[in-house]
Amino acid sequence: MRQDTLAIGCAAGFGGDRTDAAAPIVETLIARGGPGVLIFEMLAERTLALAQLDRRNDSDHGYAPLLEPMLRPVLRRCLENGIPLVSNFGAANPRAAGRRIRRLAEEQGISKVRIALVEGDDLFNARGPELLSRYLSPADPGREMVSANVYLGARVIAEALRAGAQVVVTGRVADPSLTVGPAMAHFNWGETDWDTLGRATVAGHLLECGAQVTGGYFADPGFKDVPDLHAVGFPIAEIAADGSFIITKAGATGGVVDARTVKEQLLYELHDPAAYLTPDVVADISDAEIAELGPNRVTVRGVRGHPRPETLKATVCFAGGWLGEGEISYAGPNAEARARLAAEIIRRRIGDALSLRFDLIGVLSVFGDDRGGTLSDLPPSDARDVRLRVAGAHADHAQVERLLSEVTALYTCGPAGGGGLRTSMTPRLNSVSCFVPRELVPATFTFLE
Amino acid sequence: MNSDLTRVPLHRLAHSRTGDKGDTANISVIAYAAEYFPLLVEQVTEEKISALFLHRQPSAVRRYVLPKLGALNFVLDNVLDGGVNDSLNLDSHGKTLAFLLLTLEVKVPAEIARSLDARP
Repeated sequence: MRQDTLAIGCAAGFGGDRTDAAAPIVETLIARGGPGVLIFEMLAERTLALAQLDRRNDSDHGYAPLLEPMLRPVLRRCLENGIPLVSNFGAANPRAAGRRIRRLAEEQGISKVRIALVEGDDLFNARGPELLSRYLSPADPGREMVSANVYLGARVIAEALRAGAQVVVTGRVADPSLTVGPAMAHFNWGETDWDTLGRATVAGHLLECGAQVTGGYFADPGFKDVPDLHAVGFPIAEIAADGSFIITKAGATGGVVDARTVKEQLLYELHDPAAYLTPDVVADISDAEIAELGPNRVTVRGVRGHPRPETLKATVCFAGGWLGEGEISYAGPNAEARARLAAEIIRRRIGDALSLRFDLIGVLSVFGDDRGGTLSDLPPSDARDVRLRVAGAHADHAQVERLLSEVTALYTCGPAGGGGLRTSMTPRLNSVSCFVPRELVPATFTFLE
Repeated sequence: MNSDLTRVPLHRLAHSRTGDKGDTANISVIAYAAEYFPLLVEQVTEEKISALFLHRQPSAVRRYVLPKLGALNFVLDNVLDGGVNDSLNLDSHGKTLAFLLLTLEVKVPAEIARSLDARP
């Protein structure tokens, strides 16, 4: 039975995820005995732009910063047990990532590793700007481009695995394709098996955020309790030849997989349930239902697939000026009034030089709006532990510096009793998306020499 | 019949998660029990959600109904103050907004209200 299914474990759901999640997955895959694959999803929308900046500074950098701590505990066990590793941790520099993985394997006494590098996603090159200018809105070309990548699909990953890759390093690929690729290779699926690809894409969608389907990002004490959340296990999908699947998790871990966790993740980042677009297929969950098959074993039935889009999505990042943030706390009697006075002082000192946002952490912060209407309409509440946050953005570094100086001066020139001042300045990135005909951006793989 | 209705926050009846793409947020609303779902379909409407998020000025609010999941999916366009690109919000992804949606009040029959009160 288990030999009939392919088990794919996902050990990371974003670039900053836990580095000890992979080992329990790998041990579970080995104990299970059937074919297994380990994936890591490590590229959020603007992670790639940051990686591109790293690469600009050092041509050996530009891959996921956590690649090494993620792989070190499990690389040898995977290679020795025939578990391929597939990940987008190549980010802006799959070749440098491949070289680093080879060195890591050599340090662990393994001399021959077949590492495939997937390329073709990166349009931050000589032909990119001209190509993209045809599909971006007219305002965008001319701004300082930091990165440009198309989302590649599953086929190139499947081709690399069929050619014998033990590690597949990609840059930007659609997140579910990290799952669909290995399944396509294992089951020899065609590129137009839409229902099959649709089901496997939903499996990949459920895996791609790691613990978000196994009880992470879920607990609400007294309403949704999760056992041993501190040791949450990461997910494994057992995929059958028709693309149907069971979601489970690594053995001897905390967390939970049940109908509720799967529903939350199924709808995560989904718009029209009938049209979840990827480079591989348009997945349709409008008629899907969930079934709990046993403890921590859940399946999704009724998923369909429709022909894939003719275009690939591209995300382009531009330099976006500077964000400045300053915070100072007021506590005890009349704290809220003092925090509101501090905000008023900053507003009058800065004037219209840059648009500002004020938050009173402990009263109203994240639910409000950038224009500040919600906060000004809110009657003072006599809150007694309030942290004022001031945020402003501008293309000119000096303007944001000036804002932060004004927040700092609240120490001696502001209301009584302000403490715990912090300021920070961060560069901003602006990303826009467009759609490029797929034949213009062919995906390729090569083995690292 | 109407006198037997009790107002409860949606948080008692459903759970929720926000996802974001650019300046658009999607917020799921998932019934804890099948018998709550018709109340959600009837009362957690596009109009109610538009009103609850008025201060964030969404350009459009769409609701998708998923009866087999006992869930609703709301898609709110331009609700993230520009999204991660431009927003000055600490939570530029809008991840906390699921719990703003769960503050919506829903009228439930007395029988359901009693069963909610009996929960630990």
